[in-house]
Amino acid sequence: MAGRAPKRQTEESAAPTMDSLLATKEIVVACGPGGVGKTTTAAASALMAAVTHGSKVLVLTVDPAKRLANALGLDGIGNTEHRVPDAAFKAAGVKPRGELWAAMLDTKESWDSLIRHHAPDAQTRDEILANPLYQNISGRFIQSHDYIAMERLYEIHSAGEYDLIVVDTPPTRNALDFLDAPERLADFFSSRLLRWLIVPYRSKLVNVATKPFYQISDRILGTEFMSDISEFFILFQTMYDGFVERSKAVGRLLSDRRTTFVVVSTLEATPLREAEFFAEQLTERKLHLGAIVLNKVLPDYLHGRAGAKIAEAMKDRAEDLATELAPSLASGDAALGDPAQIARVLTEVADSYLNFQVVALREMEERATLGVVPDVLATVPFFDTDIYDLSGLLRLGEQIWG
Amino acid sequence: MAADPLTPVLDRKLVFVTGKGGTGKTTVASALALLASSRGKRVLICEIDAKGELAGYYESPPTAFKEKEVQPGLFAMTMDTEASLREYLKLQLRIPIVGRIGPVAKAFDFLAAAAPGVREILTVGKLCFEVRDGAWDLVVVDAPASGHIVGQLAAPQAVNGLVQVGLIRNQTDWMLELLSDPAVTGLLAVCTPEEMPVTETIELAVRIRQETTVQLAGVVVNRVLPELFGRQEEAVFDALRAPGPLAELDALVDGDAAPVLEAARLAVTMRRTRATHLERLREGIDPDVPLLYLPYLFTRSHGLRTTRQVAASLGEELGY
Repeated sequence: MAGRAPKRQTEESAAPTMDSLLATKEIVVACGPGGVGKTTTAAASALMAAVTHGSKVLVLTVDPAKRLANALGLDGIGNTEHRVPDAAFKAAGVKPRGELWAAMLDTKESWDSLIRHHAPDAQTRDEILANPLYQNISGRFIQSHDYIAMERLYEIHSAGEYDLIVVDTPPTRNALDFLDAPERLADFFSSRLLRWLIVPYRSKLVNVATKPFYQISDRILGTEFMSDISEFFILFQTMYDGFVERSKAVGRLLSDRRTTFVVVSTLEATPLREAEFFAEQLTERKLHLGAIVLNKVLPDYLHGRAGAKIAEAMKDRAEDLATELAPSLASGDAALGDPAQIARVLTEVADSYLNFQVVALREMEERATLGVVPDVLATVPFFDTDIYDLSGLLRLGEQIWG
Repeated sequence: MAADPLTPVLDRKLVFVTGKGGTGKTTVASALALLASSRGKRVLICEIDAKGELAGYYESPPTAFKEKEVQPGLFAMTMDTEASLREYLKLQLRIPIVGRIGPVAKAFDFLAAAAPGVREILTVGKLCFEVRDGAWDLVVVDAPASGHIVGQLAAPQAVNGLVQVGLIRNQTDWMLELLSDPAVTGLLAVCTPEEMPVTETIELAVRIRQETTVQLAGVVVNRVLPELFGRQEEAVFDALRAPGPLAELDALVDGDAAPVLEAARLAVTMRRTRATHLERLREGIDPDVPLLYLPYLFTRSHGLRTTRQVAASLGEELGY
């Protein structure tokens, strides 16, 4: 095939990594099951992008561990975006090419600001903010987090302040809730049922089909509660167009080419199945699955058959080995030369290796059966200590970066 | 003034098991139910988040709203708020029409989605109903994760605050009574000895006390790593890792022993990091609340065998 252009070298050499993925996107949504290190992964990725890409990066986190919040200089900072100070970078021994900003998501405050934005006039605004139903929805009930996280993302992105926004998603009952949230909200406000609910308190026009509904609702919930509900919805109706439009825009932003999703998981069976399901759903919805990050993976040296053979030998021949090793161990400190004690240590060490090998091999098996193939598959080893500061976060970030 | 000791978890009638995602909440809930049934109790376990995982812990067919016996004396069900509503309207309010009249059913579904707390009330209500009905010695709830449980348990109060009259109000009154009685209802929080799970558990304990009427009956600390060495043994271990003895060991076993020693070092460091979180947990939780420790299982598989192992450990911790 003479006429065919030779394959360009860059295509061969540039296997995609998190580095290249984040260099080309504006929004990265970190998602996945609970307890896998999603928040830390999001923070570490944002940090790496700020350090290496020379861009202005924001990490929007939901509920960071206290030390992670400290590391990002976020302690006590609410909804406002806050720049991670140079001193923190200096302490970690790096000079970032870009800037790292961080913000925490305050659901209640975000809802309030959304109401202020959409309310047609000051009176409606105040009435909504004071409505007991609104206060419950915005503050207490967790489903409202899903929507507000995406809403905040949209708001920040459209303000255009940042080159890259990495957003950590709230822990959801169902990993997909937050994806559906904008659409659900739009559905909710365009629902015919919503109009039903408002009718009887506006006029006496109750038709045959809806009559039983009101009779039952009144009986169950009491008239007062029903009028609270309808007052709330009547007020909300004034913001209907704004809300629907906005939630559609949020939906569009999520499916935009500039947005990518990073699914974080460990190699434990249950979270991994959940992550896999999530990845499949992303693909089905034509959302971009950019990467899967496998977190807290046990080290490679636990896999080999060679290691197991040595551990078995250490266990089976513990007493002989202990006798042989005793003189040189005693040479530094006589107390360390007790063969019985050395034998116990050798046995414990060997048992521990074999125990962890069982887990490590199962992890490998899980990885081999991973049904989804993303552009980037990053593996992050298990860190035996917690992350205290930016240098810890960097250590993690370098593993993610690939 | 000495407080009365807490009612042991298995002596209660309704036990909610919660925990941060990934800490083994379902494992502990399924093991607790199995332990109770093996001790002759008639037990119902209910999965709230319908992920359909619970069946796997007993290797049983999928669970549904209608309970099924999965082990002798142990019945499992999956919560379904719509089914719960139907049952509620039919049994409690004697309104059997919901199944027949489409728009009304739809309207209620909508109301459940829109009005805060309705879904939560239907869930908690069904559980309370099962307890009041008296068919079970114990109802174990594989409850929502710790981020959601407070909203669920506080729902009856929240609704009481919003709804002044009507049948719902009458309903929430008896539910609250049941939930508030520490001899009847308790919450078991599951965590692992890691930073976030411990922090969340301490925060949960505070929120449960402040925002709900349910009592924290215990904290299960899952995946506790074994202690490999005593102090003197650790000194031997450190000496073994020095270049001289290590080379000697390599020669004796005819291979590279470093990875084996390195794995043990990892295990020791992991345990040490976790020990500080365990201390933090003990300090952060009311001393009356028992901590139950479960060992790290070096399997990571789920199934009836694992559930039995965990149930046995749990039984030991509870003093059976």
